[in-house]
Amino acid sequence: MEEALLRAVLFGTPILLAGLGALLAERSGVVNLGVEGMMALAALTAFAAAQAYGPLPGVLAALGVGMLSGLFLGLFAVTLRANQFVAGLAVAALGLGASGLLGKRYEGLPLAHPLPEGGFALVGAVLALLVHLFLTRTRTGLFLRSAGENPKAVDLFGVSVDGVRYLALGLGGGLIGLAGAYLSLAYRPSWTDGMTAGLGWVAIALVILAAWHPLRALLGAYFFGLLFFLQFRLQGSVPIPSEAFAAMPYLLVILVLALSGRSRAPKALGQPFERGR
Amino acid sequence: MRVEVDPAPRPLKVVGAYALFVGLALVALGLLFRAYGVAPLEAYRVFLSVLGDPLGLAEVARRAIPLLLIGSGLALAFRVGFFNIGAEGQLLLGAVGATYAALFLPPGPWTLPLMFLLGGGLGGVWAGLAAWLRARFGASEILVTLMQNYLAYYLVVYLVAGPWKGRTAFGFLYTDPFPEAARLPVLPGTLVHWPTLLLGAVAALVLHVLLFRTPWGFEWRVLGENPLAAWYLGLDAGRLLLRVGLVSGALAGLAGVGEVAGIHHKLLEPAQVSLGYGFTAILVAWLARGGPGYVLLTAPLLGVVLAGGDALKLAFSMPFRVVDVTSGLLLLALIGAEAASRHRLVWRR
Repeated sequence: MEEALLRAVLFGTPILLAGLGALLAERSGVVNLGVEGMMALAALTAFAAAQAYGPLPGVLAALGVGMLSGLFLGLFAVTLRANQFVAGLAVAALGLGASGLLGKRYEGLPLAHPLPEGGFALVGAVLALLVHLFLTRTRTGLFLRSAGENPKAVDLFGVSVDGVRYLALGLGGGLIGLAGAYLSLAYRPSWTDGMTAGLGWVAIALVILAAWHPLRALLGAYFFGLLFFLQFRLQGSVPIPSEAFAAMPYLLVILVLALSGRSRAPKALGQPFERGR
Repeated sequence: MRVEVDPAPRPLKVVGAYALFVGLALVALGLLFRAYGVAPLEAYRVFLSVLGDPLGLAEVARRAIPLLLIGSGLALAFRVGFFNIGAEGQLLLGAVGATYAALFLPPGPWTLPLMFLLGGGLGGVWAGLAAWLRARFGASEILVTLMQNYLAYYLVVYLVAGPWKGRTAFGFLYTDPFPEAARLPVLPGTLVHWPTLLLGAVAALVLHVLLFRTPWGFEWRVLGENPLAAWYLGLDAGRLLLRVGLVSGALAGLAGVGEVAGIHHKLLEPAQVSLGYGFTAILVAWLARGGPGYVLLTAPLLGVVLAGGDALKLAFSMPFRVVDVTSGLLLLALIGAEAASRHRLVWRR
């Protein structure tokens, strides 16, 4: 039982970190479908930097790459006002592709000094609380939420909607970067192409499941983690093919989407802000 | 300084924006090649070498076939506001349907038509499911179809490793070879299965006419451009979405039939059946600007990207991800250029 809970938390942590990242962007009105690729790129960066300079620089490098990739998405989704969904998908493909290409030389190498999973799990839980406090208790958080609900009001306040959305994408990208670092430095201290295994998409579904609330995201991520644990545990002991277990998380995401819909989404989600319209 | 809508951009500005963004994408691609350890110019030369000889062109044509079929369906779907990202999975389901008809139903002259019927049907149902979930529960079809890709992937792995594993496939993951009656004819000396090529061209034209010349198409365009107006007109959005889902999924399914009946003659590991057609077709459709007929131009263009990616993989033993990078950058360049030409910078607040 304790083992189940522990594994649930450890497996839920990358989903939580990436989910918080996607959540920040969505609360500001920007859909970030690039999570999977951003996470893969951050995981590779973390691994490469940790090989060269040690684990902590690895984490910082992943943080930086995550933030930069978030701002890069912002270039298209915010400044150019391109279709956010398509821009996000392109960033996902680019991140997966670039990490697969550049990571070839790190494939299969062991990491000398892995980081403890528990440390990341603790950081993840604290960050969920911090994101919650940031959104509800700070002026910047208020502007961020307003940019997602009513960007016109933010604009009338003399605050730049684009700036707020960049901030959300940058901070969120940093969180997604941390999720990548967790994967390649702690959870499975190594680099393999495809090691994000769809967790980025699960994180996007988590945002919907959590109805865009950071603390609910905490519970939701651990719930997903528990289901993943049960999937591993049941594998082999019941007469169900292993492919069915492998497919489970994706089926789960579809179920979550069907059950929770998008009714509680921020009102301006997915809409580029055009002044005077 | 701020960004403002430019209602009527000058043609020169549009061309300039596209040139700028595609140029930037090429530079970024070159930097990635260099980081990987290949001289960019050499990489571009190899990439374009497929245009230099008949065999290379045949490769381009082979890659353009599924792109034509999937792309025309997606161009329609995007026009209607149904963001079907799951063509990859629908293609796989089509291959599954075709394989069932080829291996487990008595062979005869009806085998090929049956394969197309079953494969297209399964692809259609797979996408239709996502359309239904969106119409009924408001579930984002982008995420649902994306997740369905993974489900289809594992279904195919299960089939080729389990119940459908071939008797002659020692240790390998594929089914028995298809009987002669289940194989599509090809242009001699190539892998160009021409009946599917024809089918793709016809589909693109038919959908184009359907979209722009019929009442059906009118309803679709209204729904895509202004859902509120569609509601005022009393259009049944759910039913329209379902139809679009079925059509685009069925076409992707047909692409899957073509791949197994025309090239592989068996079902094998999903990554070898699809080769990233589902994602590349998004580009094909996006480039076609919501006109299914324009896919006749954009599918061969992206066929060059895929065939050129193959040449790169072979020449420099690059991982398959090089195709993801290329299409990701290209997609960003295209949407960036489109958006940039629709806006202008204003130097005052």
